[in-house]
Amino acid sequence: MALEMMMSGPDYMRDPRKHQFSPYANNGGTSVAIAGDDFVMIASDTRLSRGFNIFSREQDKVFPLTPKTMMASSGCWADVLTLNKVLQARLTMYSHEHHDMMSTTAVAQLLSTMLYWRRFFPYYVSNILAGIDEEGKGVVYHYDPVGHMEKLTFSATGESVSQIQPLLDNQIGGLNMLGVKPPTMTKDLARQLIHDAFVSAAERDINTGDGIIIHTITKDGKTEETVKLRRD
Amino acid sequence: RHQNITGVVDGSQLLVMFRNQYDNDVTVWSPQGRLHQVEYAMEAVKQGSATVGVKSSSHAVLVALKRASSELAAHQKKIMPIDKHIAVSISGLTADARVLSRFMRTECLNEQFAHNQALSLNKLMERVGAKMQIATQRYDKRPYGVGLLLAGFDEDGPHIYQTCPSANYYDCQAMAIGARSQSARTYLERHLDEFRSSTREELIRHALRALRDTLPNDVELTNKNCSIAIVGKGEDLSIYDDDDVNPYLEGLDQEERRGGAGGARDAQPPAAPTAAAEEDDAASAPPPPPTDEQPQGDSMETD
Repeated sequence: MALEMMMSGPDYMRDPRKHQFSPYANNGGTSVAIAGDDFVMIASDTRLSRGFNIFSREQDKVFPLTPKTMMASSGCWADVLTLNKVLQARLTMYSHEHHDMMSTTAVAQLLSTMLYWRRFFPYYVSNILAGIDEEGKGVVYHYDPVGHMEKLTFSATGESVSQIQPLLDNQIGGLNMLGVKPPTMTKDLARQLIHDAFVSAAERDINTGDGIIIHTITKDGKTEETVKLRRD
Repeated sequence: RHQNITGVVDGSQLLVMFRNQYDNDVTVWSPQGRLHQVEYAMEAVKQGSATVGVKSSSHAVLVALKRASSELAAHQKKIMPIDKHIAVSISGLTADARVLSRFMRTECLNEQFAHNQALSLNKLMERVGAKMQIATQRYDKRPYGVGLLLAGFDEDGPHIYQTCPSANYYDCQAMAIGARSQSARTYLERHLDEFRSSTREELIRHALRALRDTLPNDVELTNKNCSIAIVGKGEDLSIYDDDDVNPYLEGLDQEERRGGAGGARDAQPPAAPTAAAEEDDAASAPPPPPTDEQPQGDSMETD
């Protein structure tokens, strides 16, 4: 970690005696997804940055894949874009062969395989996949950069994961508390949690801020909502 | 080793080709400057069932007659999606058509991946033409035995393209290929001036009427044997099969066939042509059996 910072961090932290090319850049970003019985909500902050520089305050990091599936990606933005492009091509190829669009579970598995294929030069991307499965239930998949995949009902990823994940564990999972039952998930509760989680993260984490876009998927379609965050 | 063909008869025009010493290899010219293997490949297109393409100023439409090889089998699909803005209808060797379709699909995917744009039809046709031409100039290959009708919509508007095993491709306002397609082409020629300003529904109707003209009198277009594809301004490709075809076929069998100069929904056609049509039908009864039966024995599956 220290070595990485020395080589590819901001110039005041770089060792001036050495030149090292790093193929990766960290462009920041945080994502959250929460699943309900018949919906799923996925949100990302809209700040694209590198070190102390902000590239954009309005970068949507959630990519639609099918009418029932969306993916939030953060990390190295070049890898995010390429991963998304390759995935889109694979989705089209699948639909040509199968005469049907990919199901959420199929996309989830495909993404895992694609990421592991690059095990020895990974996509530097933190992914969350959110969608409606074949039974109409909301589902969330969390990934690491090399394709480890976990099916969950809620998840956070990215720069502010350390701030947001414990909050979700506690509020949705009822974890680390005694005698408290987790609530039934509704769209309003999910939206409020996502909103509050990001606002809190923006206070403490310098990399998170500017705004969030919250996407909701149900069997009837998709909606989106933009929320402002502090811009410092 | 290919068969001893002493003569081949094509339905609408009596064309008799004789086996000669210049038709074994596609790399051999005849003294008349012809490549017989390529011409034989074009015969395969004529064996496939009919398909019609037509465009207006805003849309491009394909309709196709699906053939079932027996009562037990499903009707073979004729229209294949290539991308969100392109569809292709095939006539001839289905397997060859699939190879070309796969090629076209990967070309479209690559354009989207590398250039973030939809592949325009003229560029696609150049590439398909180049690929097909290779098979007409190598001793170890054979021409593609399939004709394609492409319908697409790109930045230059709607397009209909036709390809041949000869690797030629043609930009068309309207076209029909396959068995008995001359009747369809006659309809299209007659109504050519109406297409540009046709609405979406009128355009599909024209295509269906042209397709219907290729059928024997006792056979009708049904939702089982008919496919429709449409793409156009503000509209991604849609392909209709089975029940989705019903709204477009409605009332079509009531319309008069191979007549009606206006070609529109003539509810009351003038008395004289009707009488003439009836006479005509009576004279040709009983109608000849549908010639889309597959010949017995080994033959390549053409659809």
